[in-house]
Amino acid sequence: MKYGAGAALAIAVVLPLVVPNAYYLEILTQAYVFAISACGLNVILGFAGQLSLAHAGFFGIGAYTVALLATKAGVTFWAGVPAGIALSAVIGFVVGSICLRSKGHYFAIFTMAVGLIINLIIQKWESLTHGHVGVIGIPGPGAIGPIHFESGIARSYLALVCLALTLVATTRLLRSPVGRTMVAVRESEPLAAAIGLDVMAAKRLAFTISAALAGLAGGLYAGFIGFLGPESSNIEMTFNTLLYVMVGGIGSVVGPVAGTFIVYGLSQVLQVLQHYQMVIFGLALVLLILFMPKGLAGVFRRPSTQPTPLAESASLRAGSSKKGDK
Amino acid sequence: MELLAQQILNGLVTGSVYSLVALGLTLTYGTLQVPNFAHGHLYMWGAYLSYTLMSSAGFNYWAAMAVSITVLALAGVALERLVFRPLRNDSPVNAMIAALGVMLFLEAVAQNIWGEEFRHLESPYGGVVSVFGLLVTAHRLILLGTAAVLMVALLLFLTRTIAGSAIRATAQNREGALLVGIDTNRVAMTTFAISAGLAAFAGSLVAPISLVYPSMGAMITLKAFAIVVLGGMGSVPGALVGGYLLALAESLGGTYVSATYQDLVAFVVLALVFTFKPSGLFKESV
Repeated sequence: MKYGAGAALAIAVVLPLVVPNAYYLEILTQAYVFAISACGLNVILGFAGQLSLAHAGFFGIGAYTVALLATKAGVTFWAGVPAGIALSAVIGFVVGSICLRSKGHYFAIFTMAVGLIINLIIQKWESLTHGHVGVIGIPGPGAIGPIHFESGIARSYLALVCLALTLVATTRLLRSPVGRTMVAVRESEPLAAAIGLDVMAAKRLAFTISAALAGLAGGLYAGFIGFLGPESSNIEMTFNTLLYVMVGGIGSVVGPVAGTFIVYGLSQVLQVLQHYQMVIFGLALVLLILFMPKGLAGVFRRPSTQPTPLAESASLRAGSSKKGDK
Repeated sequence: MELLAQQILNGLVTGSVYSLVALGLTLTYGTLQVPNFAHGHLYMWGAYLSYTLMSSAGFNYWAAMAVSITVLALAGVALERLVFRPLRNDSPVNAMIAALGVMLFLEAVAQNIWGEEFRHLESPYGGVVSVFGLLVTAHRLILLGTAAVLMVALLLFLTRTIAGSAIRATAQNREGALLVGIDTNRVAMTTFAISAGLAAFAGSLVAPISLVYPSMGAMITLKAFAIVVLGGMGSVPGALVGGYLLALAESLGGTYVSATYQDLVAFVVLALVFTFKPSGLFKESV
């Protein structure tokens, strides 16, 4: 595992230097950014087992915070991104406190509505967000001392550093007592509550962290791309992120990153398939769930090293009445 | 006053469509506990099939609708058999993600076949009639009438026939239904067929008065969820009444409060219900 992580890090560090041109460098940077968002979704879905469909909403909140602070108030990227993370986290905390009282299907439907409300507000609040026109001319990251961020390579490394920090943070989270509680909630919420774990606190923390990471990814996205439209927060964005997590392996720390690279990379490189992209993605999502519910991480992981994520909890639950766990 | 009456009439027309869609959603939820996120996309496919049969194959309106309903009912059976049944004993999250995959797939395929542009299905009943001084197209009246007839027929089917009783029994308690010898797999397929057929019927009815486009399914799915949560997941009367109520709230809210945020009504209602009653308004029952 340690060698694997070292090798992955080495590849990640070298990658921005060896990509053939600026176009691929841009894709690589985007992949790092979306991987951060996928790691965020993985915290609430993979660790705590709650399907949140509001994820792109928080990505949008982070992105629009950076964009609007920069274009309307002259706030720099460096101050805007933390502000975006903070706003996403605060809204995530409030929304999570309310939504997480609903369980299972209700939680998924509730968060889908929340994501839609965020997206509709961004679309319709034209005096603030310029609606469908979007925000243009968002300044990128300025220089810190001698380090400049105009070049694609520098931005790519900036995204990579953020991704690395995200991975360290989520790994530590998973190994901490509260991370263990999240996994316990995923495996069986009634059981976790019965042995005295604070189920709600763990779920709320998972949701807040997930929103904060989406906000970070959104902020980076806005600064790097330079323009921003409401589609950055729409439900399709949530689906894409969900696919990244599912392909890589739900619940595994590095799985979502691998999933992002494979899915996002393929979708960008195989431009010929542009029209059929969502046809393939939709089908892939269904087939994955049916035949490979643990994603690539499930294929490569040696058996019995980790508690298996969703499949096993289901067999536990299948014994009890389906109506009971609502 | 006339504006108010007009808005109420509009609300009832939209409400018929909402109720039909919500009925299908609540039926599959009740019997299978699957929140079918792809339900609105079956409705979209129903509308497209009717449109294509009429514009390219020269079918008349009702024949096109009948074929469209049949095709979608079969698609519903396939969906249950191939996707949702194998996932029945997995974590509920898996079935939800699969439903999302089906939804992406259906929308993308529609986009490839028919493109992004808006299509218009010409109703054979385009004339305008006057009802108590209100001007309304004949198609809207036909929509109101046929939707009501179908809803009554569905209620009679559920309460008066053996197959309908089997569906209700399965919704109440799957194990209990198995114990008394009900083939719950067959019930699940029947329910999916009815649900998808209802969606195709609603889509074909609404196509002449609104437009047909690939993303028309996403919004109605969310509204149907709002209705079903409001009326109780799995409840048939709840879905019926909830559909009309939501449409009336939207059409009156859109006229007297703000047209810009009309689409938000459903989601604000949904969020409010969940905020104060995290498990929905009513207990589940068919």
